[in-house]
Amino acid sequence: MKNHVVIEAKKIVTSFGKNVIHDGVSFKIQKEEIFGLLGGSGSGKTTLLREMIMLQRATDGQMLVLGTDVMQASSKMAQKLRQKWGVLFQFGALFTSLTILENITIAMREYTDLPDWIIEESALMKLSMVGLPPKVATMFPSELSGGMKKRAGLARALALDPKLLFLDEPTSGLDPQSARAFDELILTLRDTLGITVVMVTHDKDTMANVLDRFVILGNKKVLFEGNMELLKQTTNDELKKFLS
Amino acid sequence: MKNKPSLHVTQTNDGLSVTLQGNWVKEAVKALDLAFNALTCKPKTVYTFDLSGIREFDTHGIMLILHHIKKLEAHACVVSKTGASESLEKLLTICEQHYPEETIRLPHENFILTYLENVGKQMFEGYKTLSSFFAFTGELSHFVMAAFLKPFTIRLKATLYHIEQSGAGAIPIILLTSFLIGIVIAYQGATQLEKFGANIFIVEMVTISAVRELAPLLTAIVVAGRSASAYTAQIGVMKITDEVDAMSSMGFSPWSFLVLPRLFALIFSLPLLVFFADVISIFGGMVIATTKLDVSFVEFIDRIKETVALKHLVIGLIKAPIFGAIIATIGCFRGFQIDSSTESVGKYTTISVVNAIFWVIAIDAIISVLLTEMGL
Repeated sequence: MKNHVVIEAKKIVTSFGKNVIHDGVSFKIQKEEIFGLLGGSGSGKTTLLREMIMLQRATDGQMLVLGTDVMQASSKMAQKLRQKWGVLFQFGALFTSLTILENITIAMREYTDLPDWIIEESALMKLSMVGLPPKVATMFPSELSGGMKKRAGLARALALDPKLLFLDEPTSGLDPQSARAFDELILTLRDTLGITVVMVTHDKDTMANVLDRFVILGNKKVLFEGNMELLKQTTNDELKKFLS
Repeated sequence: MKNKPSLHVTQTNDGLSVTLQGNWVKEAVKALDLAFNALTCKPKTVYTFDLSGIREFDTHGIMLILHHIKKLEAHACVVSKTGASESLEKLLTICEQHYPEETIRLPHENFILTYLENVGKQMFEGYKTLSSFFAFTGELSHFVMAAFLKPFTIRLKATLYHIEQSGAGAIPIILLTSFLIGIVIAYQGATQLEKFGANIFIVEMVTISAVRELAPLLTAIVVAGRSASAYTAQIGVMKITDEVDAMSSMGFSPWSFLVLPRLFALIFSLPLLVFFADVISIFGGMVIATTKLDVSFVEFIDRIKETVALKHLVIGLIKAPIFGAIIATIGCFRGFQIDSSTESVGKYTTISVVNAIFWVIAIDAIISVLLTEMGL
């Protein structure tokens, strides 16, 4: 099943009123790939990510995620699809009324018939995997720092062992050391669980160390698709900015 | 059937061999847990886990294996694992590394102690709220004073905006409610007065009760419901998104940008709304007086001029800005109490409306008793 396409965007057009964000954006994401969405601010990276996870609809085009066209999916198919991916939002987006442990276990309790002790232990394990101490489990999101919230958000995204992981600026707001540890973690998860990762990022180190392939968005189009080696050979000034 | 998860135990020369096969994923964990529990654990035996048959796996399946291995080890068994594929080995190592040493247990609670603790917490919360409310009103009066000394520092545009939102925006609902209240008083009064043939007294009954008590109170309650909640939620959300901090750091005082415009807007617009409600509720009374008691509009208005003293209207209108100040102060105070959680927005918005309505009624009662005792 190598080289199997997990996500395919075909000629995506997005516009808000007269403001056109994407005008014919196409790319493919392969299985077990760590794929980056890059571009300057306002280039519509996050919008594209939100279109993949059905939080937003593109104006035109086709978006295939795990073989399903998300723009045509019935609510039943959409619900099924939602259980196959995990999403980490930029600021964690933890439920403030629940403890961290409850935040992580809620999807497992809702969608699986796992025994309680497994749910609890695997939640604690995921917490430890993302580098948080067990005492965090009983705390509320308001008691955590921004970086810790992000880690807890990742633990929540990983709760159901998704095959597809969406990360919105996973390393922004983290100190360099934690950011590299985060990169390591994502690599290990990909290598062991065979997760496909799609991330929006600005981080130059993440780009170089983690991403297998990426697209650079700009001028409403895909400016570049490929990997770091390919980008280094570019002569385009617009793209060279992403190298330094 | 190759992918169906299973486990078998066979006796070997060195001890027991456990063969795991199939897909060890979260959907299968429940059944596999039962299968594991059916194994009778022999203490001090050598167990060999053969993992070569595992096809697919996830953290939950591995969790289950690790859990039962730990259980065996607790019985002084020696456990070894063989045949794991490369990727399984990798994930196994990571899971082992992060296996929780102990599950989180909530401390057992003695309910009497918890009850006492809650009572204490509530009392202390109440005390803290009271003292911070005093601090708030103290600071507020300082800024109000400062605004009066330098009237040009008042944010006129923001004040006008809030007059429009909280004052003008409330007109339709106040029109409706005060008209209905006028009808209700007149209607109930009419049936009683008719018995005595004292039809004409409907005028005093409707006019005095409406302009002195009911119109101001009703208007204040409607405004409290609309605006106290809005002020709390607006300021609270601004606090959550750090807008309040951003303002302070740029040297814009939240007092003069957020609190004073709202306070002045309500102090200014409530008397106007009350006067409006006075007129409409009397009109409602007049409609019933004509239809039920044959007191015509002209008779009604002539009688108001003759018998109803102006003081009733004035008292009603004097209370209005006081109510406005109460509503704005409580609305803003509760807004600043909202902390970083989204839940507290709902909590404090509710509290703010309940507080505002309660204090409007309480102050109204105090004023009513005081003025009547003073013979006004």
